[in-house]
Amino acid sequence: MSGTGPREAIFPTRMNLTLTKGRLKGAQTGHSLLAKKRDALTTRFRQILAKVDEAKRLMGRVLQLASFSLAEVTYTAGDIGYQVQESVRKASYTVRAKQENVSGVVLPAFEGVKNKDGNDFNLTGLSRGGQQIQKCRDTYVKAVGTLVELASLQTAFTILDEVIRATNRRVNAIEHVVIPRLDNTIKYINSELDEMDREEFFRLKKVQGKKKRDADRTDSERAAANSEFTESGGEVHRDEGIKGGEAGGGDMLDQGKDEDVIF
Amino acid sequence: MTTTNPKDRTLIAVIGDEDSVTGLLLAGIGHVDNPQKKNFLIVDSKTSTSIIEGAFQDFTERKDIAILLINQHIAERIRPAVDRYQAAFPALLEIPSKEHPYDPAKDSVLKRVQKLRGD
Repeated sequence: MSGTGPREAIFPTRMNLTLTKGRLKGAQTGHSLLAKKRDALTTRFRQILAKVDEAKRLMGRVLQLASFSLAEVTYTAGDIGYQVQESVRKASYTVRAKQENVSGVVLPAFEGVKNKDGNDFNLTGLSRGGQQIQKCRDTYVKAVGTLVELASLQTAFTILDEVIRATNRRVNAIEHVVIPRLDNTIKYINSELDEMDREEFFRLKKVQGKKKRDADRTDSERAAANSEFTESGGEVHRDEGIKGGEAGGGDMLDQGKDEDVIF
Repeated sequence: MTTTNPKDRTLIAVIGDEDSVTGLLLAGIGHVDNPQKKNFLIVDSKTSTSIIEGAFQDFTERKDIAILLINQHIAERIRPAVDRYQAAFPALLEIPSKEHPYDPAKDSVLKRVQKLRGD
Protein backbone atom coordinates (compact mmCIF):
# COMPACT_ATOMS: atom_id res chain seq x y z
CA MET A 1 0.00 0.00 0.00
CA SER A 2 1.51 3.33 -1.01
CA GLY A 3 -0.30 5.64 1.34
CA THR A 4 2.77 5.83 3.51
CA GLY A 5 4.10 9.36 2.96
CA PRO A 6 2.19 12.57 3.44
CA ARG A 7 -0.30 13.29 0.73
CA GLU A 8 -2.99 15.75 -0.24
CA ALA A 9 -6.38 15.26 1.32
CA ILE A 10 -8.42 14.63 -1.80
CA PHE A 11 -10.78 11.96 -3.03
CA PRO A 12 -9.24 9.31 -5.26
CA THR A 13 -11.09 10.06 -8.45
CA ARG A 14 -9.91 10.11 -12.02
CA MET A 15 -10.39 13.85 -12.25
CA ASN A 16 -8.24 14.43 -9.20
CA LEU A 17 -5.64 12.11 -10.67
CA THR A 18 -5.44 14.26 -13.80
CA LEU A 19 -5.36 17.42 -11.71
CA THR A 20 -2.61 16.10 -9.47
CA LYS A 21 -0.57 14.96 -12.44
CA GLY A 22 -0.85 18.49 -13.83
CA ARG A 23 0.25 19.93 -10.53
CA LEU A 24 3.20 17.56 -10.36
CA LYS A 25 4.26 18.65 -13.79
CA GLY A 26 3.92 22.28 -12.75
CA ALA A 27 5.98 21.66 -9.64
CA GLN A 28 8.73 20.01 -11.66
CA THR A 29 8.83 22.89 -14.13
CA GLY A 30 8.90 25.36 -11.28
CA HIS A 31 11.67 23.43 -9.61
CA SER A 32 13.88 23.48 -12.68
CA LEU A 33 13.19 27.18 -13.25
CA LEU A 34 14.03 28.04 -9.65
CA ALA A 35 17.17 25.93 -9.83
CA LYS A 36 18.21 27.88 -12.92
CA LYS A 37 17.50 31.16 -11.16
CA ARG A 38 19.53 30.06 -8.19
CA ASP A 39 22.46 29.17 -10.43
CA ALA A 40 22.32 32.52 -12.20
CA LEU A 41 22.19 34.39 -8.89
CA THR A 42 25.01 32.36 -7.43
CA THR A 43 27.22 33.15 -10.41
CA ARG A 44 26.50 36.83 -9.92
CA PHE A 45 27.02 36.49 -6.19
CA ARG A 46 30.45 34.97 -6.62
CA GLN A 47 31.50 37.82 -8.89
CA ILE A 48 30.32 40.38 -6.38
CA LEU A 49 31.96 38.52 -3.53
CA ALA A 50 35.36 38.77 -5.16
CA LYS A 51 34.80 42.45 -5.95
CA VAL A 52 33.64 43.32 -2.42
CA ASP A 53 36.76 41.80 -0.96
CA GLU A 54 38.98 43.74 -3.34
CA ALA A 55 37.10 47.02 -2.96
CA LYS A 56 37.27 46.85 0.83
CA ARG A 57 41.01 46.62 0.73
CA LEU A 58 41.22 49.41 -1.83
CA MET A 59 39.06 51.58 0.39
CA GLY A 60 41.51 51.15 3.24
CA ARG A 61 44.30 52.58 1.10
CA VAL A 62 42.22 55.41 -0.34
CA LEU A 63 41.07 56.63 3.04
CA GLN A 64 44.57 56.48 4.40
CA LEU A 65 45.61 58.80 1.61
CA ALA A 66 42.70 61.07 2.34
CA SER A 67 43.43 61.36 6.04
CA PHE A 68 47.02 62.11 5.18
CA SER A 69 45.93 65.06 3.09
CA LEU A 70 43.70 66.21 5.91
CA ALA A 71 46.73 66.13 8.16
CA GLU A 72 48.44 68.42 5.69
CA VAL A 73 45.52 70.80 5.96
CA THR A 74 45.63 70.76 9.73
CA TYR A 75 49.31 71.56 9.54
CA THR A 76 48.85 74.58 7.29
CA ALA A 77 45.43 75.89 8.16
CA GLY A 78 45.06 74.76 11.72
CA ASP A 79 42.09 72.82 12.99
CA ILE A 80 39.26 73.45 10.59
CA GLY A 81 36.98 70.77 12.02
CA TYR A 82 34.77 73.14 13.93
CA GLN A 83 34.41 75.58 11.05
CA VAL A 84 33.53 72.80 8.66
CA GLN A 85 31.00 71.25 10.98
CA GLU A 86 29.28 74.52 11.62
CA SER A 87 29.05 75.59 8.01
CA VAL A 88 27.25 72.42 6.91
CA ARG A 89 23.88 73.30 5.43
CA LYS A 90 22.85 71.03 2.63
CA ALA A 91 24.49 67.99 1.14
CA SER A 92 26.26 68.77 -2.11
CA TYR A 93 27.43 65.21 -2.55
CA THR A 94 24.44 62.94 -2.76
CA VAL A 95 23.84 59.48 -4.11
CA ARG A 96 21.36 58.33 -6.67
CA ALA A 97 20.12 54.77 -6.86
CA LYS A 98 19.98 53.04 -10.20
CA GLN A 99 18.38 49.68 -10.48
CA GLU A 100 19.73 46.63 -12.17
CA ASN A 101 17.83 43.45 -12.80
CA VAL A 102 19.46 40.06 -12.28
CA SER A 103 16.97 37.28 -13.06
CA GLY A 104 14.09 39.05 -11.42
CA VAL A 105 16.03 40.48 -8.50
CA VAL A 106 16.33 44.24 -8.37
CA LEU A 107 19.81 45.24 -7.34
CA PRO A 108 20.33 48.89 -6.53
CA ALA A 109 23.53 50.52 -7.68
CA PHE A 110 24.46 53.82 -6.09
CA GLU A 111 25.97 56.59 -8.04
CA GLY A 112 27.61 59.56 -6.42
CA VAL A 113 26.36 62.92 -7.62
CA LYS A 114 28.39 66.03 -6.93
CA ASN A 115 26.24 69.07 -6.93
CA LYS A 116 28.26 71.83 -8.59
CA ASP A 117 26.50 74.92 -7.29
CA GLY A 118 26.44 73.96 -3.64
CA ASN A 119 30.02 74.88 -2.76
CA ASP A 120 29.87 75.33 0.96
CA PHE A 121 33.35 75.74 2.25
CA ASN A 122 34.51 78.56 0.06
CA LEU A 123 35.58 80.69 2.93
CA THR A 124 37.25 77.96 4.88
CA GLY A 125 40.97 78.46 4.92
CA LEU A 126 40.66 81.90 3.43
CA SER A 127 43.55 83.21 5.45
CA ARG A 128 45.92 80.31 4.90
CA GLY A 129 45.98 76.80 3.56
CA GLY A 130 43.20 77.27 1.04
CA GLN A 131 45.05 75.33 -1.60
CA GLN A 132 45.60 72.40 0.69
CA ILE A 133 41.96 72.46 1.60
CA GLN A 134 40.96 72.31 -2.04
CA LYS A 135 43.32 69.40 -2.59
CA CYS A 136 42.07 67.62 0.49
CA ARG A 137 38.52 68.14 -0.66
CA ASP A 138 39.22 66.59 -4.02
CA THR A 139 40.90 63.65 -2.35
CA TYR A 140 37.93 63.16 -0.09
CA VAL A 141 35.49 63.45 -2.97
CA LYS A 142 37.38 60.67 -4.70
CA ALA A 143 37.42 58.64 -1.51
CA VAL A 144 33.69 59.05 -1.12
CA GLY A 145 33.31 57.91 -4.72
CA THR A 146 35.12 54.71 -3.81
CA LEU A 147 32.95 54.35 -0.75
CA VAL A 148 29.77 54.78 -2.77
CA GLU A 149 30.92 52.13 -5.22
CA LEU A 150 31.73 49.81 -2.37
CA ALA A 151 28.37 50.52 -0.77
CA SER A 152 26.50 49.51 -3.90
CA LEU A 153 28.55 46.32 -4.13
CA GLN A 154 27.82 45.61 -0.52
CA THR A 155 24.12 46.30 -0.89
CA ALA A 156 24.01 44.00 -3.88
CA PHE A 157 25.84 41.44 -1.80
CA THR A 158 23.36 41.69 1.06
CA ILE A 159 20.30 41.56 -1.19
CA LEU A 160 21.64 38.70 -3.28
CA ASP A 161 22.55 36.77 -0.17
CA GLU A 162 19.02 37.09 1.09
CA VAL A 163 17.42 36.26 -2.25
CA ILE A 164 19.65 33.25 -2.80
CA ARG A 165 18.72 31.95 0.59
CA ALA A 166 15.01 32.38 -0.14
CA THR A 167 15.40 30.73 -3.53
CA ASN A 168 17.29 27.84 -1.99
CA ARG A 169 14.56 27.38 0.54
CA ARG A 170 11.96 27.27 -2.19
CA VAL A 171 13.96 24.89 -4.36
CA ASN A 172 14.46 22.54 -1.45
CA ALA A 173 10.84 22.83 -0.36
CA ILE A 174 9.63 21.87 -3.81
CA GLU A 175 12.15 19.09 -4.15
CA HIS A 176 11.69 17.51 -0.77
CA VAL A 177 8.14 18.37 0.25
CA VAL A 178 5.89 19.33 -2.63
CA ILE A 179 7.02 16.81 -5.26
CA PRO A 180 7.08 13.78 -2.92
CA ARG A 181 3.66 14.71 -1.63
CA LEU A 182 2.21 14.96 -5.12
CA ASP A 183 3.93 11.70 -6.02
CA ASN A 184 2.37 10.05 -3.00
CA THR A 185 -1.01 11.46 -3.91
CA ILE A 186 -0.76 10.07 -7.43
CA LYS A 187 0.30 6.69 -6.13
CA TYR A 188 -2.50 6.74 -3.61
CA ILE A 189 -5.11 7.62 -6.24
CA ASN A 190 -3.77 4.98 -8.59
CA SER A 191 -3.83 2.28 -5.96
CA GLU A 192 -7.32 3.27 -4.84
CA LEU A 193 -8.55 3.23 -8.43
CA ASP A 194 -6.98 -0.19 -8.98
CA GLU A 195 -8.60 -1.40 -5.82
CA MET A 196 -11.95 -0.11 -7.03
CA ASP A 197 -11.44 -1.83 -10.37
CA ARG A 198 -10.73 -5.10 -8.68
CA GLU A 199 -13.75 -4.71 -6.44
CA GLU A 200 -15.93 -3.91 -9.40
CA PHE A 201 -14.63 -6.92 -11.30
CA PHE A 202 -15.21 -9.17 -8.33
CA ARG A 203 -18.70 -7.79 -7.88
CA LEU A 204 -19.56 -8.48 -11.51
CA LYS A 205 -18.20 -12.00 -11.22
CA LYS A 206 -20.26 -12.52 -8.12
CA VAL A 207 -23.42 -11.20 -9.79
CA GLN A 208 -22.79 -13.42 -12.77
CA GLY A 209 -22.33 -16.42 -10.51
CA LYS A 210 -25.56 -15.70 -8.67
CA LYS A 211 -27.50 -15.28 -11.87
CA LYS A 212 -26.15 -18.52 -13.20
CA ARG A 213 -27.02 -20.32 -10.00
CA ASP A 214 -30.53 -18.92 -10.03
CA ALA A 215 -30.99 -19.90 -13.69
CA ASP A 216 -29.79 -23.44 -12.98
CA ARG A 217 -32.12 -23.74 -10.09
CA THR A 218 -35.18 -22.57 -12.04
CA ASP A 219 -34.23 -24.94 -14.88
CA SER A 220 -33.90 -27.92 -12.65
CA GLU A 221 -37.10 -27.02 -10.76
CA ARG A 222 -38.97 -26.76 -14.02
CA ALA A 223 -37.51 -29.99 -15.30
CA ALA A 224 -38.51 -31.71 -12.09
CA ALA A 225 -42.03 -30.27 -12.26
CA ASN A 226 -42.31 -31.30 -15.92
CA SER A 227 -41.19 -34.85 -15.33
CA GLU A 228 -43.53 -35.12 -12.37
CA PHE A 229 -46.34 -33.84 -14.52
CA THR A 230 -45.50 -36.24 -17.39
CA GLU A 231 -45.33 -39.15 -15.02
CA SER A 232 -48.76 -38.34 -13.68
CA GLY A 233 -50.07 -38.54 -17.23
CA GLY A 234 -49.96 -34.93 -18.32
CA GLU A 235 -48.57 -33.52 -21.47
CA VAL A 236 -46.05 -30.76 -21.44
CA HIS A 237 -46.49 -28.13 -24.05
CA ARG A 238 -43.61 -25.99 -24.98
CA ASP A 239 -43.35 -23.01 -27.26
CA GLU A 240 -41.27 -24.52 -30.02
CA GLY A 241 -41.61 -21.61 -32.41
CA ILE A 242 -42.32 -22.07 -36.09
CA LYS A 243 -41.49 -25.55 -37.30
CA GLY A 244 -40.30 -26.54 -33.92
CA GLY A 245 -37.46 -25.31 -31.77
CA GLU A 246 -34.46 -26.22 -33.85
CA ALA A 247 -35.37 -24.38 -37.06
CA GLY A 248 -37.28 -21.58 -35.38
CA GLY A 249 -34.30 -20.24 -33.51
CA GLY A 250 -32.07 -20.41 -36.54
CA ASP A 251 -29.85 -17.54 -37.43
CA MET A 252 -31.04 -15.56 -40.38
CA LEU A 253 -27.54 -14.53 -41.31
CA ASP A 254 -26.42 -18.13 -41.42
CA GLN A 255 -28.82 -19.01 -44.12
CA GLY A 256 -27.61 -18.88 -47.67
CA LYS A 257 -28.00 -16.04 -50.03
CA ASP A 258 -31.45 -14.79 -50.80
CA GLU A 259 -32.74 -15.29 -54.29
CA ASP A 260 -32.37 -12.27 -56.48
CA VAL A 261 -35.59 -10.43 -56.95
CA ILE A 262 -36.27 -9.53 -60.53
CA PHE A 263 -38.99 -7.04 -61.28
CA MET B 1 14.62 44.25 3.19
CA THR B 2 13.01 47.60 3.50
CA THR B 3 9.93 48.37 1.51
CA THR B 4 10.75 51.99 0.88
CA ASN B 5 11.94 53.03 -2.51
CA PRO B 6 15.74 53.12 -2.61
CA LYS B 7 15.46 56.11 -4.95
CA ASP B 8 14.39 58.28 -2.02
CA ARG B 9 17.62 57.59 -0.26
CA THR B 10 20.18 60.14 -1.26
CA LEU B 11 22.27 60.97 1.78
CA ILE B 12 25.45 59.56 3.15
CA ALA B 13 25.57 59.52 6.95
CA VAL B 14 28.70 59.15 9.01
CA ILE B 15 29.60 58.23 12.55
CA GLY B 16 33.26 58.85 13.12
CA ASP B 17 36.07 60.64 14.87
CA GLU B 18 36.62 64.31 14.23
CA ASP B 19 39.16 63.94 11.45
CA SER B 20 37.17 61.43 9.42
CA VAL B 21 33.99 63.44 9.75
CA THR B 22 35.73 66.70 8.85
CA GLY B 23 37.21 65.15 5.73
CA LEU B 24 33.94 63.66 4.62
CA LEU B 25 32.10 66.89 5.33
CA LEU B 26 34.66 68.70 3.18
CA ALA B 27 33.68 66.38 0.37
CA GLY B 28 30.18 67.72 0.80
CA ILE B 29 28.19 64.88 2.29
CA GLY B 30 26.99 66.88 5.29
CA HIS B 31 23.33 67.71 5.52
CA VAL B 32 21.45 69.54 8.23
CA ASP B 33 17.68 69.45 8.24
CA ASN B 34 15.40 72.14 9.43
CA PRO B 35 15.10 71.00 13.04
CA GLN B 36 18.92 70.88 13.21
CA LYS B 37 19.00 67.19 12.50
CA LYS B 38 22.49 66.33 11.34
CA ASN B 39 23.48 63.32 9.31
CA PHE B 40 26.83 62.98 11.06
CA LEU B 41 28.03 62.26 14.56
CA ILE B 42 31.43 63.07 15.90
CA VAL B 43 32.67 60.57 18.43
CA ASP B 44 35.61 61.10 20.74
CA SER B 45 36.86 59.17 23.71
CA LYS B 46 34.36 60.92 25.96
CA THR B 47 31.29 60.05 23.93
CA SER B 48 29.29 57.38 25.68
CA THR B 49 28.43 54.13 23.96
CA SER B 50 24.72 54.74 24.42
CA ILE B 51 24.93 57.93 22.35
CA ILE B 52 26.73 56.06 19.57
CA GLU B 53 24.16 53.30 19.68
CA GLY B 54 21.34 55.82 19.61
CA ALA B 55 22.82 57.56 16.58
CA PHE B 56 23.37 54.22 14.87
CA GLN B 57 19.73 53.29 15.46
CA ASP B 58 18.59 56.69 14.29
CA PHE B 59 20.64 56.62 11.10
CA THR B 60 19.69 53.07 10.19
CA GLU B 61 16.02 53.90 10.65
CA ARG B 62 16.01 57.14 8.69
CA LYS B 63 14.47 56.81 5.26
CA ASP B 64 16.65 59.31 3.42
CA ILE B 65 20.03 57.75 4.12
CA ALA B 66 21.50 55.45 1.50
CA ILE B 67 24.89 54.76 2.99
CA LEU B 68 26.03 54.82 6.60
CA LEU B 69 29.74 55.15 7.18
CA ILE B 70 31.15 54.26 10.56
CA ASN B 71 34.71 54.25 11.76
CA GLN B 72 35.88 50.78 12.46
CA HIS B 73 37.12 51.49 15.97
CA ILE B 74 33.72 53.01 16.77
CA ALA B 75 31.95 50.05 15.22
CA GLU B 76 34.00 47.91 17.60
CA ARG B 77 32.40 49.69 20.52
CA ILE B 78 28.89 48.83 19.37
CA ARG B 79 29.86 45.58 17.65
CA PRO B 80 26.75 43.60 18.71
CA ALA B 81 24.46 46.19 17.13
CA VAL B 82 26.60 46.33 14.00
CA ASP B 83 26.73 42.56 13.62
CA ARG B 84 23.01 42.35 14.15
CA TYR B 85 22.40 44.83 11.38
CA GLN B 86 21.69 42.84 8.21
CA ALA B 87 19.43 45.09 6.17
CA ALA B 88 20.34 46.19 2.68
CA PHE B 89 19.37 49.84 3.20
CA PRO B 90 21.14 51.83 4.30
CA ALA B 91 24.34 50.11 3.35
CA LEU B 92 26.65 49.98 6.33
CA LEU B 93 30.32 50.56 5.61
CA GLU B 94 33.08 50.31 8.13
CA ILE B 95 35.84 52.72 7.27
CA PRO B 96 39.30 53.08 8.74
CA SER B 97 40.31 56.18 10.64
CA LYS B 98 43.62 57.93 10.88
CA GLU B 99 44.82 56.28 14.03
CA HIS B 100 43.20 52.94 13.38
CA PRO B 101 44.30 51.28 10.13
CA TYR B 102 41.82 49.05 8.41
CA ASP B 103 41.54 45.53 9.71
CA PRO B 104 39.53 43.33 7.31
CA ALA B 105 39.20 40.60 9.92
CA LYS B 106 36.91 42.76 12.07
CA ASP B 107 34.51 43.92 9.37
CA SER B 108 31.12 42.27 9.82
CA VAL B 109 30.45 42.16 6.09
CA LEU B 110 33.90 40.88 5.23
CA LYS B 111 33.48 38.23 7.89
CA ARG B 112 30.42 37.02 6.03
CA VAL B 113 32.23 37.28 2.71
CA GLN B 114 35.07 35.17 3.99
CA LYS B 115 32.72 32.65 5.50
CA LEU B 116 30.86 32.30 2.21
CA ARG B 117 34.02 31.94 0.18
CA GLY B 118 35.04 29.08 2.40
CA ASP B 119 37.82 31.01 4.14
